Amino acid sequence: MAPSAPPGIGLLKGLGVTVKHLFKRPTTLMYPHERDVLAPRTRGVIALMDENCTVCMLCSREGPDWGIYIESHKETVPPAKEGGRARTRNVLDRFEIDFSLCMYCGICVEVCPFDALWWSPEFEYSEYEMGSLLHEMEKLREWADTVPPPPPLEEGAVLPAEVSDALAKAEKERELVAAKELEAKQAAEAPTETAGDAPKKGKAAEPEIHVKAGEIDQETFDRLIAEGKSERMARAKAKAAYVKKEKARLLAEAEAAGGAAEPEAPAPKAAEVKVEAGEIDQETFDRLIAEGKPERMARAKAKAAYVKKEKLRLRAEAESDTGEGTGADEPAEVPSELGASPEAAKQALDAGDAGTAPAEDAPDVAAEAATTEAPAAKKLGDVHIEGAGEIDQEVFDQLIAEGKSERIARAKAKAAWVKKRKQAKLDEEGGA
Amino acid sequence: MMLLVTSGVAPYLAQAESILDVGDTFIVPLLLKLAFVLGIFFVVPLVAGYLEHKAMARMQHRRGPVEAGPFGTLQLVADGIKFIQKEDLIPSAADKWVFAIAPGVALVPAMLALLVIPFGPGVFALDLELGLFYVLAASSVSVLGVLMGGWSSANKFSLFGGLRAGGQLIAYELPLILAAIAVAVQAGTLSLVGIVEAQAEFMLFGTGINLWFVIPQLLGFGIFFVAALAELSRPPFDMPIGDSELVFGYMTEYSGIKYAMYMLTEYAGMVTMSALMVVLYLGGWQLLPGVPLPGCEGAGGLFDCDVTGTLLGVVVTFGKIMLLVFVMVWLRVAYPRLREDQLQRIAWQVMVPLALLNLALVTIAKVVY
Repeated sequence: MAPSAPPGIGLLKGLGVTVKHLFKRPTTLMYPHERDVLAPRTRGVIALMDENCTVCMLCSREGPDWGIYIESHKETVPPAKEGGRARTRNVLDRFEIDFSLCMYCGICVEVCPFDALWWSPEFEYSEYEMGSLLHEMEKLREWADTVPPPPPLEEGAVLPAEVSDALAKAEKERELVAAKELEAKQAAEAPTETAGDAPKKGKAAEPEIHVKAGEIDQETFDRLIAEGKSERMARAKAKAAYVKKEKARLLAEAEAAGGAAEPEAPAPKAAEVKVEAGEIDQETFDRLIAEGKPERMARAKAKAAYVKKEKLRLRAEAESDTGEGTGADEPAEVPSELGASPEAAKQALDAGDAGTAPAEDAPDVAAEAATTEAPAAKKLGDVHIEGAGEIDQEVFDQLIAEGKSERIARAKAKAAWVKKRKQAKLDEEGGA
Repeated sequence: MMLLVTSGVAPYLAQAESILDVGDTFIVPLLLKLAFVLGIFFVVPLVAGYLEHKAMARMQHRRGPVEAGPFGTLQLVADGIKFIQKEDLIPSAADKWVFAIAPGVALVPAMLALLVIPFGPGVFALDLELGLFYVLAASSVSVLGVLMGGWSSANKFSLFGGLRAGGQLIAYELPLILAAIAVAVQAGTLSLVGIVEAQAEFMLFGTGINLWFVIPQLLGFGIFFVAALAELSRPPFDMPIGDSELVFGYMTEYSGIKYAMYMLTEYAGMVTMSALMVVLYLGGWQLLPGVPLPGCEGAGGLFDCDVTGTLLGVVVTFGKIMLLVFVMVWLRVAYPRLREDQLQRIAWQVMVPLALLNLALVTIAKVVY
């Protein structure tokens, strides 16, 4: 109010303001009838992705209201490699959040180092009784389906280290595949190389064995339920069994159609013949360098060749023990996929590869996979693997490279890990 | 006072005929009048409350009640049912009898005031010749209920609230009555029906222009309006309730139906005071100054009406009442609460002298013309 204004003009101005607002539209949102679009980070309810949980108890301890209850037990996991050390693993038995205590501070979500807890914008879970606000693990798992994808990064933001690593790896793989193609062409030109067309075939067949997950294998599901397993576990396993079966079927079909099936078996398999990558096959390296390839490529290929060789060797050993190579499938390690070099094929022949081995290495393995996979898949459900926490780095990298979100990639990689372990156990039992 | 003396032997008797005076019996008009007053008392304050809910909400960008009844019109009915169902708490240290009857002591005068207020041509229960005196006297009793409630609650906040209410009502009673006296002086009667008639016949000095009393007594109308707000403890004069400092003033310990009675007193008071202002200053049921109601033949075209004229008169009166209620709500939304010392200073240093000045001017003008 200006000093010269007559007294009381401010009072009239006040009335003017209120009467002006009388004719404005109310901002009310008629909630049950209309719904607002909530912000992506709305703190509605806390969701649990229990496969990520390592029972580190950080959330339970950090939460100021002490409303998270966790129970677990330890299990011993057999060594991943022959002669390795057995490890103990925490297995989550019970995870509850008491939302009648929760103050929605989000500290548990912040503090979780393994992305097991997430905020979901769902908020309509009021109850008539206080006790009903205690959400069990199953309920918290259901909330996880409502977690929105994380908001996109800002323009020019630095990607998370693991994502950028995976992208770099994918790029490298593409380079290697291109180089391998080139090499395969060269090999086909040379009349002495018998396995010339194997890599190409393998690559062509690779996308065929992509099975859409989602359906469940009813048989496995029923059996697991009958065994007294929880519905969630049964469902997950039945799903895995379905995928496994489908893949086996597709593989068999492909084999029947094309005569020579693809050499690459589906990814999560044959952990038994897992080979530590890192060393290089000096022979291959030298040859490639001599051929004038850049050092980096030569090293990568040599590495792959080494892995391939080692695997073949290990498998041969295993077969000589059991007489028959039922469990020894083609390993799915990404480096090994590009390892169908002539040297590796030769090495395989030298090592006296599995029973029916003709001159060609890759189709043989594929055939073997096709024949052994169906029974193996059926049995996969029987195997019980405790502890789901580690992820299959390759699958993770691959999915990231495919443009999947980190969360999905992680979840799938985890599933792949579990499957691999199961397969390994199965093979072990078969071997023993 | 002079009017009172000269008006005759039975100043408390009815002057004009009410439309409710049907038949020759005593009991039928009595029951009709009771029903009339009670109906007005329990319905119109709810309408005023609904208006307050809605107007206040819209000024604050809200929708107000929407769910109870069409457009939320039954919200206050639902509230009333809720209050009836609630537990009737009495503090253990309270003076139980006083505590229990205090809301009634506040409520009944608000109801009694409606007895003499005319809502249309012949639409009133009673036309006392002492009508204005009666209304002001009856509404003054309400403060007793407030004081009783504040004292008997055995709660310091209630006591503060009650005493503030007492101080406030005494302070503003004076300008209110002085302003009303000026109207009575100008009209030459204390009968409310007579005041409406006087307004219809009042001409601007020496001309044929009909004017309501609000024009010559604009100052008096302002004083009366502000004093009425203060009498009703309506914002910005709601220090007796003062939620930010006194919890809820004299109503702190009340719950359930007793609390509802206090609230009803407030809204009924708003209606009564608005009706009184309509009768004293805004020409009663006259549509516009100098415009007679259709179908009416009596003085100023406002009396001896047929059905249409009566209904129109009632509609006009209630329209004016709701307009004033809206202004009260408007002020509530616009202005913050005054301080207790500001309230008292305004009453004694501004309102009372101005009211006396107004009375003096009106009296002089009345004598001169």
